[in-house]
Amino acid sequence: MIRPLPIFLLAVSATLAAAQGSVKVEPTTLQGPRPLARQTETSAIRDYLEAWQNLSAALDQNRPDLLSEGFVGTAMEKFTATIDEQSKLGLHARYQVRSHDIKIIFYSPEGLSIQLVDNIEYDEQLLNQEKVLATQPMHARYVAVLTPTEVRWKVRVLQAESQ
Amino acid sequence: MMIRTGTALLAFAVSACLMPALGQTSGLAFPKNVTAGSAFTIPTNGAGRATLYVAGPSEVFKRDVQLGQPLVFSASDLDHAGHYLAVLVSDSSTETSEFDVVPASQPADLTFLARPSRLPVDLQNGITGAVYLFDPFQNLIVKPTPVSFELSVPSGATQTRTATTNEGAAWTEMNSATKEGSGKFVAQAGNISATRIIQQVPGDPCGLKMTARKVGDKLDLVTDPLRDCNGNAVSEGTIVTFTESWNGGETTVDVPVKHDVAEVQVPAYNGARISVATGVVMGNEIRWEGQ
Repeated sequence: MIRPLPIFLLAVSATLAAAQGSVKVEPTTLQGPRPLARQTETSAIRDYLEAWQNLSAALDQNRPDLLSEGFVGTAMEKFTATIDEQSKLGLHARYQVRSHDIKIIFYSPEGLSIQLVDNIEYDEQLLNQEKVLATQPMHARYVAVLTPTEVRWKVRVLQAESQ
Repeated sequence: MMIRTGTALLAFAVSACLMPALGQTSGLAFPKNVTAGSAFTIPTNGAGRATLYVAGPSEVFKRDVQLGQPLVFSASDLDHAGHYLAVLVSDSSTETSEFDVVPASQPADLTFLARPSRLPVDLQNGITGAVYLFDPFQNLIVKPTPVSFELSVPSGATQTRTATTNEGAAWTEMNSATKEGSGKFVAQAGNISATRIIQQVPGDPCGLKMTARKVGDKLDLVTDPLRDCNGNAVSEGTIVTFTESWNGGETTVDVPVKHDVAEVQVPAYNGARISVATGVVMGNEIRWEGQ
């Protein structure tokens, strides 16, 4: 289904938008028979952006507990393992996202998953204790799968693709 | 992209036989793409000791490096797909590089969402299935991959569909069978499959009909065996409603189907009109004239 949705900034709070950098949402081009209500689309993208904030904070502060609000399943396990390893090595990483360019591509027929792709520009800074080892501007295309929980969509898969 | 600091730059020649594609032609020369769970080697130049850091959201590690010796990565070093930053720090310089770890192409796991678990027979596109494909390291396989779906029932034709994943996901729709029973809904990619059971139950009764006969001072009302439009016996316990109206009075009795029929006894009023229904399906009407 193709909806003529203009490029828009969703109802993301100004605070959130500022913390996430710019957010661009491309018109949704869904594969699958299930229509995606605007409210569902907005909620999923809002929750996805908040999950990125949670991830950034968790990797910077080495606090896996910050992940639980935005992540479940495989994504949660992998990021938790990364944080544990960072802690052991005395490292932490800062992800400063400059822009998101998001497109929802799949809403599964039974309504239990939403998939999106996100072209992200960000700066990754790797620190040993408080010493900056490197700062690198990055551009990556992420694919994410979100699943609904009681009150919000949570990210089950978050993975950068080769470009 | 590469950033160099310091004067003693490390120059890395790349072994073409070991490097599928290079992110850069000099410096910290990681392959542009590394397949998850694969071993690879990067030759290094220079002398002295350095420290290599590799960091991404899904994996991080640190390793001491002897410059001039090849950097050997074993199959277990990088198995989470993602975009990584590599930093090589020596006494005199810091070099950075980016590279991707891509999923292995062979599916090892699939998530299969099938709905509903129970539905009436003969429903067009009533069954849906969606899959996500994963490699042995729980990476989503984003490369287009064929997936087959098969719905089989004990007494009906098997339906087969094929789809190709887009960004790791594929879906299909199936019709429910015309005969009741448990269907096996299978999704398969490569050698990996997952099965869900879909219970296909009879639809609404078709051609609901009752007959009446006098038994003492009562009327015995009994339906013909209840079948749906495909000849499946409706489920035991399906409620059938008999309504008797006479001289302004009305009696309604709900009766569960037992052994394919619904049966009840009601008072035999002369001139009574008796109707039968189940769900939204109306049956015949009888006018009792005291036969």
